[in-house]
Amino acid sequence: MTVPPSILQIRGLHKSFGSIEILHGVDLSVKEQELIFLIGPSGSGKSTLLRCCNRLEEPSSGSIIVDGIDLMARNTDINAVRQLIGMVFQSFNLYPHMTALSNVTLALRKVLRKPRKEAEEIGHRALARVNLAEKAGAYPNELSGGQQQRVAIARALALEPKVMLFDEPTSALDPELVGEILETMRELKESGMTMLVVSHEMRFARDAADRVIFMDHGVIVEEGPPEKIFTSPTEARTRSFIEKLTR
Amino acid sequence: MDGWSRFTDTFFKPELIERYLPSIASGLVVTVEIALAVIVTGLTLGLLLAVVRTFRVSVLSFVIVIVVDAFRALPPLVLVLIVFFGLPNVGINVPSFAVLWIVLSFVLAAFAEEIFWAGILSVPKGQWEAARSTGLGFLGTLTHVILPQAIRLTVPPITNRALAITKNTALGTVIGVPEILNQASTGQSFAGNATPMMMGAIAYVLLFIPVVILGRWIETRFAWGRA
Repeated sequence: MTVPPSILQIRGLHKSFGSIEILHGVDLSVKEQELIFLIGPSGSGKSTLLRCCNRLEEPSSGSIIVDGIDLMARNTDINAVRQLIGMVFQSFNLYPHMTALSNVTLALRKVLRKPRKEAEEIGHRALARVNLAEKAGAYPNELSGGQQQRVAIARALALEPKVMLFDEPTSALDPELVGEILETMRELKESGMTMLVVSHEMRFARDAADRVIFMDHGVIVEEGPPEKIFTSPTEARTRSFIEKLTR
Repeated sequence: MDGWSRFTDTFFKPELIERYLPSIASGLVVTVEIALAVIVTGLTLGLLLAVVRTFRVSVLSFVIVIVVDAFRALPPLVLVLIVFFGLPNVGINVPSFAVLWIVLSFVLAAFAEEIFWAGILSVPKGQWEAARSTGLGFLGTLTHVILPQAIRLTVPPITNRALAITKNTALGTVIGVPEILNQASTGQSFAGNATPMMMGAIAYVLLFIPVVILGRWIETRFAWGRA
């Protein structure tokens, strides 16, 4: 049996904002088709780590390699690499002046320079994948939070990324809308997408994640399969965090 | 002579209306021409300056802020007089129409730059991040995602500035641009009667009604979906 190659490799990642260091040297290797959950108290650096993965935050030092491409190399076209890395945000960030379909097709048309017809075909397929085929013509403010977030997922999927980053994708949603997002993510996982998720949906982590990574104060404290992290963590800090969550 | 006919004789004397209608009408045309020219160049320049500021090159931004503040602080009449009576002394002769056009364009550009810049800043940071995360570059993000939203937000204040600058075309009177006020005050002097001036006032109203309606139409047109 061959070991699946790692699609995302982070080595010695440091990130400072001014004189405050948020990430103190993080190493992380994500295998193809893996679903990784990043958990930890607020301010632990998990969102910053995620946002460094497509250089929305500029790392202070360290290396990030996605699908063999070194993100930090001087000659790397960051805009080209970003097409390989889909990102989903807490606040959806749909373009309010565009329909769902235009949201999904903008990058296809303006970055990949696809003709409108082809872009729209891809866009319709991406919307169908998140079960929103019938909402193609709707504007974001005509959609529920859950639907908006699914359009945002479709917008990332349309570019056929190798990795998807989820930054607290359900935190801004009413509780009854969380399920549809998790369901979409589960379907993505089944289709073989590699996913790196910052989220507080511990139940989802428990039954869908391949690996859970606990971060605190800018370092990875502990990582392992969900049942180990949630039921028998080795580190005291992990234990106390998990206890607070389940109390 | 009773009060009413004295009033109509002063402001609405029929034979004077007939005599000065052609000159007021030609003044109206000139005012419309200057206003349109000023609005087109002023808004374009203002948007351009706001876009330059998004590059956040500190020297450029500093210069823009200084120049913009100067043009917002100075009364437009002062600028008109400086340019019109100053430039010939250094050997540059600019026709009065062009002086008015250039000065008002810069004044409008200064206000418009501030408005557009505020509009750009008010678009949430997440919009930049979402667009950049899909591989769109800085300019692509600005053009397709940020500016369409920023400009929609700025339609009401920009409409106000466009109306204000149109009223400032009356400053052309002091340097001899044959716009509405110039024609009206000339007529008033010759006739010794306020009728031509009243006609001028009516001409301004006629000019602004469509502009106000257009502004409202643009505001509704550019709103997206339901608020």
